[in-house]
Amino acid sequence: MEAHDLAAVWLTLKLASVVTLLLLVFGTPIAWWLARTRSRLKGTVGAIVALPLVLPPTVLGFYLLVMMGPNGPIGQMTQALGLGLLPFTFPGLVIASVFYSLPFVVQPIQNAFEAIGERPLEVAATLRASPWDAFWSVAVPLAKPGFLSGAILGFAHTVGEFGIVLMIGGNIPGKTRVVSVQIYDHVEALEYTQAHWLAGGMVLFSFLVLLALYTFNPARRKAL
Amino acid sequence: MSLEIQARFRVDRSAFTLDVDLILPGRGVTALFGHSGSGKTTVLRAMAGLERAAAGYFALGSEVWQDESRGRFVPPHQRALGVVFQEASLFPHLSVRGNMEFGQKRTSTATNRFSLPEIAELLGIATLLDRAPGELSGGERQRVAIARALLAAPQILLMDEPLAALDLKRKLEILPYLERLHRELALPIVYVSHAPDEVARLADHLVLLDQGRAVACGPLNEVLARIDLPATFADDAGIVIEARVAEHEADDLTRLEFPGGHIHVSRRHEPVGTLLRCRIHARDVSLALEPPMHTSILNCVDATVVDLAPTDTPGHVLVRLDVAGNPLLARITRRSADKLAIRPGLALRAQIKAVALLG
Repeated sequence: MEAHDLAAVWLTLKLASVVTLLLLVFGTPIAWWLARTRSRLKGTVGAIVALPLVLPPTVLGFYLLVMMGPNGPIGQMTQALGLGLLPFTFPGLVIASVFYSLPFVVQPIQNAFEAIGERPLEVAATLRASPWDAFWSVAVPLAKPGFLSGAILGFAHTVGEFGIVLMIGGNIPGKTRVVSVQIYDHVEALEYTQAHWLAGGMVLFSFLVLLALYTFNPARRKAL
Repeated sequence: MSLEIQARFRVDRSAFTLDVDLILPGRGVTALFGHSGSGKTTVLRAMAGLERAAAGYFALGSEVWQDESRGRFVPPHQRALGVVFQEASLFPHLSVRGNMEFGQKRTSTATNRFSLPEIAELLGIATLLDRAPGELSGGERQRVAIARALLAAPQILLMDEPLAALDLKRKLEILPYLERLHRELALPIVYVSHAPDEVARLADHLVLLDQGRAVACGPLNEVLARIDLPATFADDAGIVIEARVAEHEADDLTRLEFPGGHIHVSRRHEPVGTLLRCRIHARDVSLALEPPMHTSILNCVDATVVDLAPTDTPGHVLVRLDVAGNPLLARITRRSADKLAIRPGLALRAQIKAVALLG
């Protein structure tokens, strides 16, 4: 494997790790809200979170590109803050991936929170646990399988994305060129040997991830 | 420590209205009895603060946990109360000990009257502490749930049909522990139930709920002996007496004494002097004007008729009697009542065909 292949692998893993971490941080409150709310907005928010499941990545990428571009609201904000423009940078790629992988993290965690039901939290309250305390000491431990599934799916999905990376990140070696794009480049250049190495690696990786998911967490099999 | 519990709740839901105004004694077991849909569980949940009645007032002595007229509502986790639900609802990610320590860790040690070993001993779960909840029987799980609630230093224990999810064997296994709680802990208990047996066995005070309203509230026997109420207990109408074991007789009978007379039952293992609760069903009491001479019925007490009222059983009436200040109910046919000219003030003999000993 050549140096830029390794760089692509490294970049992919870095991107997926950062995105998974961010998704756990931001996805958990969304999942909690969706699982517990009686608000009429629940359906709307749930649908927005699920949009990336059905939209072509190019559509999502297109809008993100426009918003983060020099005339878009996010672009104007980042420029005003002195951060420059996000498209074709690693942070831009992270933001796009967070949106794109959101449902894969939120939905398993939301399902897990819903499965817990009201009762354990009521019991915790009658045992002097504040809502914040009960969230950490009861809800999170009981939803652990959901967190595990969410993290694995979010990570794997980020590793596997292609369209949105091309739209937002382009193809800058060491900065935004991830494995899936690298494979595309190799195939374009008819470098089938290199493409085989990376593609085979991806197949093996994806298989191992799903194997882990199904072995350690058999209940998820139906939901997937 | 004799506090008074004041509970006023009004809940309006589309198909259900709850409107109760209760003053309960701050000691002993108060049973909230009623059929499903009578609102008893809603009252309990409102007391715990798990449901917020739009118009509500709840105070334990001087401690006011809810007073909507002043906008006061203390959230459940800041109320010093314990709740035992119908299902034990143990935390599956914690061991038995972890479950018991959950509330204990969150209360200051100063307010905690009980230690974990003491409570584990009281409820017979000392050997189960390192088990996971999934390894316990239903009865054991419920005992752990009670222990867990007690260790959170409650000033009042709320129990929502804690035996309803258990089969008869498990119920009989757990009832003695509930009686022990009652005897050994100075802790008011509010006990929701729809089982007349449990109420007769455990309660000191009884609140009858029907369609969201409290139709009667008072000391157990006072409520049980009321014949003017809708037939809440129906065929189970009857009263409860506290009797003392007086003598174990030679022919395998035990004589029990209660104010107003004595009754014989099959030999008991309790030592002389023990207080026993007995339940006497109205259907097991018959009346005679003369002291019956040739009869197989052993238990016979002097009584005076207080009042009589129709019952739900066709052709029958319910007669309320006074036995040296204690109430007694008899259910007899209307024909017999007419034949004997049963009327308030009449002195007669009440024959007790059967006594159910509780505990």
